Amino acid sequence: MKKINKQTKSNIITYGIVVVAFIIVQLLLSTGNLSSLMEGLLVPLCVYVILALSLNLVVGILGELSLGHAGFMCVGAFSSAFFSKCMEEIITVSAVRFILALILGAVAAGVFGILIGIPVLRLRGDYLAIVTLAFGEIIKNLVNVLYIGKDAAGFHFSTKDSISLNLQPEGEVIVNGPQGITGTPQDSTFLIGVILIIITLFVILNMVNSRDGRAIMAIRDNRIAAESVGINITKYKLMAFSVSAALAGAAGVLYAHNLSTLTALPKNFGYNMSIMILVFVVLGGIGNMRGSIIAAVILTLLPELLRGLSDYRMLIYAIVLILMMLFNWAPKSLEWREKHSLKRLIKKKKTAKEA
Amino acid sequence: MALLDVKNLGISFGGLRAVNAVDLSIEQGELYGLIGPNGAGKTTIFNLLTGVYKPDEGIVKLDGTDITGKRTIDINKAGIARTFQNIRLFKDMPVLDNVKAGLHNKHHYTTIEGIFRLPRYHRVEKEMNEKAMELLEVFGLEKEADYLASNLPYGKQRKLEIARALATEPKLILLDEPAAGMNPNETKELMETIQFVREKFNMTILLIEHDMKLVSGICEKLTVLNFGEVLAQGNTSDVLNNPEVITAYLGE
Repeated sequence: MKKINKQTKSNIITYGIVVVAFIIVQLLLSTGNLSSLMEGLLVPLCVYVILALSLNLVVGILGELSLGHAGFMCVGAFSSAFFSKCMEEIITVSAVRFILALILGAVAAGVFGILIGIPVLRLRGDYLAIVTLAFGEIIKNLVNVLYIGKDAAGFHFSTKDSISLNLQPEGEVIVNGPQGITGTPQDSTFLIGVILIIITLFVILNMVNSRDGRAIMAIRDNRIAAESVGINITKYKLMAFSVSAALAGAAGVLYAHNLSTLTALPKNFGYNMSIMILVFVVLGGIGNMRGSIIAAVILTLLPELLRGLSDYRMLIYAIVLILMMLFNWAPKSLEWREKHSLKRLIKKKKTAKEA
Repeated sequence: MALLDVKNLGISFGGLRAVNAVDLSIEQGELYGLIGPNGAGKTTIFNLLTGVYKPDEGIVKLDGTDITGKRTIDINKAGIARTFQNIRLFKDMPVLDNVKAGLHNKHHYTTIEGIFRLPRYHRVEKEMNEKAMELLEVFGLEKEADYLASNLPYGKQRKLEIARALATEPKLILLDEPAAGMNPNETKELMETIQFVREKFNMTILLIEHDMKLVSGICEKLTVLNFGEVLAQGNTSDVLNNPEVITAYLGE
C-alpha cells in the first residue's frame, strides 16, 4: 500500500508543477510582464511538452527508440487542419470544432501508428530507430506532394499540382502541396495547451500504473520472460506505440491550429524535430515524465532567453545540453544527488532530533 | 493419464541433433528431475516444451491436449510456467509488480478501465495486490515487495522467479537449475521451498539440476540425458545406481 501512495504522490507533484507553471504564466501575462515573443512561444511550448511525453512512453516505458514522432505529429496536424478548414463555415463554435479536430487528429495519428507499427515493431534497437526515421520522412514528403481541392462536385485529389485538380472556377484548393494549408482557424490557446498536457499526463501515468503498463514494462525488461508468463508481446508493443502516436498527433493538432500557414518543412516535421524531441526525453530522464516536461520547457525557452547574446546563443545552448546530460546521467553526479537529496536531508534532521 | 506426455521429441540445429527421440511422462503431483552433463539438451527440452523452439518431430501433450509447436503465451495459458537458468526478472520493476505481471492473464480489466480508474480497476488491482503478496509471503519476500527486482540478493531473485511463474497458475512448473550459484545453505532452503510449494499448491514440478544432493533429496523420478538422448529413466535410486549413468554423468 505504501508504494502506491508514493506513486500517487509523485504523480500529484507532476500535475502540480504543470498547474503552478500555468498560474505563474497567467499572472505574468495579466501584469504584462511577458514579452510578445515569449507569449508567442507558449503554445509551441505545450506542443513540445506533449511530444516529449508521448515519445517518453515509447522510449522510457516500452524501451524502444522511435525517431518518427515528427511524422505522427505531421499526420495529426494536417488531418486536423484539413478538417477545421472544411468545417470552418459549418461548425461555427470554435471549441466544438477544435475538440472534433483534436479527436480526428489523434485517431488519424494513432491509426498511422498501428499501420507503421505492425511491420516495424518486429525490429528492435537501432534498426527500429532507423526505420521509424524513414517512415517519418516518408509521411512528411507525401504531405508535400498532396493536393486536395473542394468544389461543388466534392473533393478532388492529385499528387501532381493544383491545376490537375480540375476544380470548377469557384472551387478552393485546401491542401496545396508544398504550400500546405493556409488559413486554418487559430483555435489553439495556452489554456488548451495546458489542458492537453494534463490529459496527456493523465493517460500516460494511469496507463503505466495499470495492467497494460506492467505488461509493457515487462516486455521492456525481459521479452522472453514476459512471453513465458503469457504476455502478448505484439499486442502491447503496438498498444504503447499507437497510444504514443495518437498523443503526438494531438500535439500536431495543437501546433496546426496555432499557425495561419501549415507547411511540412524539414524544420517542423523532419527528423530534426524527431531528434529534438528525443533530446528532451533523454535529458529529462528516460522514463521520467516530470523530467521530460522540465527539459522540454528549459530547452525551448533557452534559445529565446539567450537571444541577447546573439552569436554565443547556440554555444551556450550546447553547453547547457552537456551540463544537463552530466547532471542526469554521470555516475558521480548520481552519487552526489543521492547524498544531498531533499529526502535524505529531511531524514537526517529527523534522526538527529530523535537522537 | 499422465499430466505431461512427451513422445519421440526431436529437434536439430543445422547438423546437430540437439534432442532425439525423447519420451517423458510425468504424473500429476510428481517432482521429476531432468539431469545430464553440459550440452546434453536439458534446457533445449525446456525450450521445446514452452514453445521457444518448435520441435522437428514428436508430440507434447499437457493434460490430454496437444500443445506441440504452439506459441509460448498459449502454452503458458494452457498451464506450463517456467524459470530460467540465467535469471530473467523484470529487473527495473518492483518485486510486487514482477508477480503482478505474472498474474496478467488471470485478472482482467480493459485499457479504458485502467486509464480512467473505473471501479473495476480498483477492485481487480486490490485482488492482484492481495494475491501477489500471498505468493511473496510463501517465499519470504513480503518485506522486499517495494524493492526493485534487480536489488534483491541472488537467492531471492531465484525465489521471485518461481513466485512469478506460480502466479500464472500453471498445472506444471519447469525449474531450470534453480540451485545454480547457491551455497549449500541456500540450496537446502530452496529444497524446502520447492517441497513446500509442491504440497501447498499441489504442483507438478519438472526440474533441471546439477546438484546431485538436491536431485536425490527431493525428486521421485529422474530422466538422464546424454547427447540429446535418454540414457536412463525411472525411480531416482534405480537411475542413480545405473552403471551407464555413473559413467556418463558422475564419472567413473
